[in-house]
Amino acid sequence: MSVPVGHYQYDRIDRDFLRARIAEFEGQVKRRLDGTLSEDEFKPLRLMNGLYLQLHAYMLRVAIPYGILDSRQLRKLGEIAQRYDRDYGHFTTRQNIQFNWIRLEDTPDILRELAEVDMHAIQTSGNCIRNVTSDEYAGAAADELVDPRVHAEVLRQWSTLHPEFTFLPRKFKIAISGSPNDRVAARFHDIGILARPGEDGAPVFRIFVGGGLGRTPVIGEELFDGVREEHLLATLEAILRVYNAHGRRDNIYKARIKILVQAIGVEAYREAVEAELGQMELDRYRLTPEAVAAIRARFAVPLLEAPDDADAVLTQQRRDDPLFERWVRSNTHVHRDPGHIIATISLKPAGGIPGDATSAQIGRLADLADAYSFGEIRITHLQNVVLGHVRKDRLRDLWLGLSEVGLAEANIGLIGDIVACPGLDYCALANARSIPIAQKLGARFADTALQAEIGALRINISGCINACGHHHAGNIGLLGVDKRGEEFFQLTVGGRAENGAALGTILGAALPEDETVDAIARLVDCYLGLRESGETFLETLTRLGHEPFREAAYEAV
Amino acid sequence: MKLFELGERTAQVHDVLVTVAELAERDDARAVLLESADDPALLRPYLNRLDLVVLRFPIFRDGRGFTQARELREYLRFSGEIRAEGHILPDQAAFLRRCGVDSVVLPKNGNGDPELWEKQLRQFPVAYQRSVLPERPVGPGLRVEEAS
Repeated sequence: MSVPVGHYQYDRIDRDFLRARIAEFEGQVKRRLDGTLSEDEFKPLRLMNGLYLQLHAYMLRVAIPYGILDSRQLRKLGEIAQRYDRDYGHFTTRQNIQFNWIRLEDTPDILRELAEVDMHAIQTSGNCIRNVTSDEYAGAAADELVDPRVHAEVLRQWSTLHPEFTFLPRKFKIAISGSPNDRVAARFHDIGILARPGEDGAPVFRIFVGGGLGRTPVIGEELFDGVREEHLLATLEAILRVYNAHGRRDNIYKARIKILVQAIGVEAYREAVEAELGQMELDRYRLTPEAVAAIRARFAVPLLEAPDDADAVLTQQRRDDPLFERWVRSNTHVHRDPGHIIATISLKPAGGIPGDATSAQIGRLADLADAYSFGEIRITHLQNVVLGHVRKDRLRDLWLGLSEVGLAEANIGLIGDIVACPGLDYCALANARSIPIAQKLGARFADTALQAEIGALRINISGCINACGHHHAGNIGLLGVDKRGEEFFQLTVGGRAENGAALGTILGAALPEDETVDAIARLVDCYLGLRESGETFLETLTRLGHEPFREAAYEAV
Repeated sequence: MKLFELGERTAQVHDVLVTVAELAERDDARAVLLESADDPALLRPYLNRLDLVVLRFPIFRDGRGFTQARELREYLRFSGEIRAEGHILPDQAAFLRRCGVDSVVLPKNGNGDPELWEKQLRQFPVAYQRSVLPERPVGPGLRVEEAS
């Protein structure tokens, strides 16, 4: 079997471990069924294997470590969608995939099928260190300083069944990026890590702590800068040890690390972490260059060869075909190799459900990945799919292939690229349905020429204050609220997750669903009327403040 | 009370088990009970005379005991017995052992079946991070052999 490009290749030891994990879970299911394990005891154990109980059925969340898959794995996900779910899967904002209609008794079989392709659902839920996320352009983007995937894999391994940190006060999310352009929302994670090259060639890390959205949105604060590679794991252990010992356990809404950091202040947190590091046997936690090299050796590197005229061919094709040109403008990113380009495939068709893909589409994506990008696929935290290494002179063929299965929507980073949580259609916590309003907004702005005209504008929709749709981070955010049994949406504006992370602020009173769609349309019209040349929505908002937008949004209400 | 040994060290039975607050007044106490909110560093003055530290888990989801055990072993160099009692699950056996816990008081329900504990200790051939135990590296990378 050839080594997959882009992610760590399992060996026999890793496969034995996965088998042992499935056997363990089977035993737990059995003990639950014979009553030796109570439902309260079983719940955290099944959650740590990715199994939720939702409104209508079990949901299985499968881990896609740092968002990267190979085509064999993606095909398997398509098969699982077809055999065990309703023929589709849902890609999540943490680069994972969820199957929403799973039967408990099928779960061990599904896990065994996943293990055939070195996949699992470990730690995709529960109060433990969750699946680690990373930059969707890792190892491909021209602007990258350090490829974060090797260290993401180090973190995946280190956090797997960690003996000390598997029963934390609450869930714990880590993201790592190696680009100066933050594409992982580093400051909205429990720990966000930005890697850059150090003086000796080994990377150094800037570490943010205590960020997050949810009920209490907080922008993470810098804990350390310049942490050396050898001390990366020791530092993370120390941060988690302070949290495990002192994080609140009396109230699940106050249990995240951000609450502890806010309560004692980042300086006190830093002192506490330094006190731990001062007592730890640092040698024991040392991340050696040998260990990093051994893990790096299990990543295959794509052989990037392109004809000399690849760029010229693409330039000509763009000139000849305005539709293709529009897609290239919104859906591609500069590759580090001049003969290649990064293509983002939108899972946000106008009027569709953000992040959903049918088994037929999943299978087709796997074929296209084989044909155009070394069999490698990336899932983005904005619920889209990336082919990381496409030869420029073949990009148009890829686009034509995508068009055949309805995956050529030209709206990445535009108003149609909506992020939404599953909402009340699936989730027991939700107050409102996020999907129908996402579909209505998508349909309202279906015209991709209009989307291109509007430019960079991100809409995020959450069905409740737990904020799984990251509404605080949206340029326009929608929060579903329940008003005497009716679904309303509260509007926030000005949020952003990237560099210069900011929380959105409330624009005005919550509106019913249909009025919300109209209000957003007026708000966008207002922006188009007021913007100065080249200004994005956020820039116009910053320049003029809320008032003109508030007036526009609420004028007819 | 049924004890189960997770590792090499033989579990000791102690008649006198005191709280951290009582330690100062009880010169004869050789065993102390640590609640999950107690700071293990409070034991520092008494470590030489302590044979046993019992960590009480109020509920299996309260993972502070794991950090307490590691602190005792790693920071305080405690070389006596560490025991876990209270609401604990056999599914936690290897986690407890790898944090430095030697023995558990078996729960009085279905979770107290020693066979389940035995099985869990042998469940995983490998772990992906160092622990307080002297575990041998296996294969390249971070992995160590779980000693059972």
